[in-house]
Amino acid sequence: MKLPHRRFDCLVIGAGGGGLRAALQLAQADLHVAVVTKVFPTRSHTVAAQGGMNAALGNVTPDNWHWHMYDTVKGSDYLGDQDAIEYMCRAASRQVIELEHYGVPFTRLEDGHIYQRAFGGQSQNFGGDQASRTCAAADRTGHAILHALYQQNIRAKTHFFDEYFAVDLIRNEEGAALGAVVIEIETGEVMVIEAKTTLLATGGAGRIFRTSTNAMINTGDGMAMALRAGIPLEDMEFVQFHPTGIAGKGMLISEGVRGEGGYLVNGDGERFMERYAPHAKDLASRDVVSRAIAIEVREGRGCGENKDHVLLKVDHLGPDVIKKRLPAIREMAIRFGGVDPIESPIPVYPTAHYTMGGIPTNRYGQVVAPVGHGAEEEVVGLYAAGECACVSVHGANRLGGNSLLDIVVFGRAAGNHIIAYLKENRYHRPLANESVDMAVARLSKWERRGDGESVSAMLAELQLTMEEYCGVFRSQEVLDEGVSKVLALGERLDEARLSDHSKVFNTAFMEALELENLIDVATATVVSAAARTESRGAHSRLDYPDRNDAEWMRHSLYCKTDHQLDYKPVRTKPLTVDTFPPKKRVY
Amino acid sequence: MNSLDPTALRRIKWRCRRGMLELDMMLQSFFEQRFENLDCQQQQMFTRLLDYPDQSLLEWLSGAPIDADKDVRDIVEQLRHFSSAGA
Repeated sequence: MKLPHRRFDCLVIGAGGGGLRAALQLAQADLHVAVVTKVFPTRSHTVAAQGGMNAALGNVTPDNWHWHMYDTVKGSDYLGDQDAIEYMCRAASRQVIELEHYGVPFTRLEDGHIYQRAFGGQSQNFGGDQASRTCAAADRTGHAILHALYQQNIRAKTHFFDEYFAVDLIRNEEGAALGAVVIEIETGEVMVIEAKTTLLATGGAGRIFRTSTNAMINTGDGMAMALRAGIPLEDMEFVQFHPTGIAGKGMLISEGVRGEGGYLVNGDGERFMERYAPHAKDLASRDVVSRAIAIEVREGRGCGENKDHVLLKVDHLGPDVIKKRLPAIREMAIRFGGVDPIESPIPVYPTAHYTMGGIPTNRYGQVVAPVGHGAEEEVVGLYAAGECACVSVHGANRLGGNSLLDIVVFGRAAGNHIIAYLKENRYHRPLANESVDMAVARLSKWERRGDGESVSAMLAELQLTMEEYCGVFRSQEVLDEGVSKVLALGERLDEARLSDHSKVFNTAFMEALELENLIDVATATVVSAAARTESRGAHSRLDYPDRNDAEWMRHSLYCKTDHQLDYKPVRTKPLTVDTFPPKKRVY
Repeated sequence: MNSLDPTALRRIKWRCRRGMLELDMMLQSFFEQRFENLDCQQQQMFTRLLDYPDQSLLEWLSGAPIDADKDVRDIVEQLRHFSSAGA
């Protein structure tokens, strides 16, 4: 079958902040750039990032990029690569100013300088007083960045393929990336986009869990494309959870509620945080509260018909306090939790928020994978940036305000590296037809007819399995069971059937492709988690409660072939300054 | 009864996929449970509403004043009412 072809210098897959920042750099250099995105660019998940973007501008408190670097290395629980972290923290201030020139309306101080707010995990002078480092455009920073970058791309004549679904990467026998096979959702037509370079910027994979703050589009598409192309995923066991999401739905109920005097109770009506943290109680750190909730549910003391959540009680504060101090939370609880907190407690459960792991890259955004004796050989023509990538600046735990920074800094860095690469590599490589055929064959499997399993039922089962066996409650027994359950689900994919085989706007087909991606990414996550026998950052093991630097200060690399794990050392040598050696992480 | 063909309906369903989970939930459940019963003009308004930025939609649906024309305000009111009923 002859498929339609398009050719570009650069293909960018994903139109969130990372993809758009890279595309802008490329289009401004007069390269022919295509951006493929399954939803309209301004509906990417970057729009949900409300917090802000860290940069050591020093407008509110004295600051220094080196202090920011220290906080990021410490926050990562020493799993972050210190060369990439130094690069990011040094670049931050210039990036904020550049974004401002692109039209992001950063909130100002009275003297006209950019306002900066205080955020957890940020310090002055290497662990001293609280720093105010986070620049924000009111509470809509992600929205402002995304819209500004989109407008700039339109001006620079980036070509957008809106509502196109990327299926698989095209690689030749030498491993070079040659573009991707995509589907136009509107027509169902399969198309080949050939490109001299391809950048994956598809965001995170929070939808592998039932309870997640992530939008429905966050299905790890780029990560799964990398896996299928033979590229490993790095540090997938590290998933950041918030302790209180609305049970079964995932929306965040902020710490502010507990700060105002709200507290958690289990199915016996017991205020259980007193047992886990006698002093801090409900205000203990996020990981402690998350774990406590998961243990209560796991041990049968949950609430509700399925005993699968706990309750956040606020009614004792009285209607006036709730209406005055927590109006947005009340609104959310009514809308999504189905309860008015003035009358009834809010059902909550830990909610998956951010994927620290992803496609391994170096600080230029080049995808790197083990080949022969080298742990970090560049994959020719392939780049990744943002939440789908693991560069790794977040290590085992991401600091608030560092994800918007990550996407902008490394989106731009990848763009710059691609520009330099294309000066030396001016021509398209011959297309690898076998690679295209494999992608098409994968698609045609979904043409099977007859009875079979439903995609939506399998998705719900996957998400619940990941929540129960690879959430915040992790032990060898639980994780091993999780591995076998997720692998069994993967094997059942062959039994899944679509009930609708039409071509035009077949959203059920897209959801089936997303399910395949989610299963691949969930497998990477649970297999990596079962193997890491220590607690570090967001990966917290009940049976191995301590960090073990001697054995585990290394990155996991999961390969799809036989679900094998490999490891590579953490890059502890920064670019110009001294290494921050691992210390106990206390705040 | 709706006058839209199945393709148009699926297009609208896909466009209820947004950058924020809150909007995914509100727009998708409204679409699934209420859209078919809207009259033609209201269906058009819902489709038009989907062209607004996520941030505006979230603010409007959370109760902020709606700086848009009356038709849009009406459909937002319906959505607000629908989701405060615990959908």
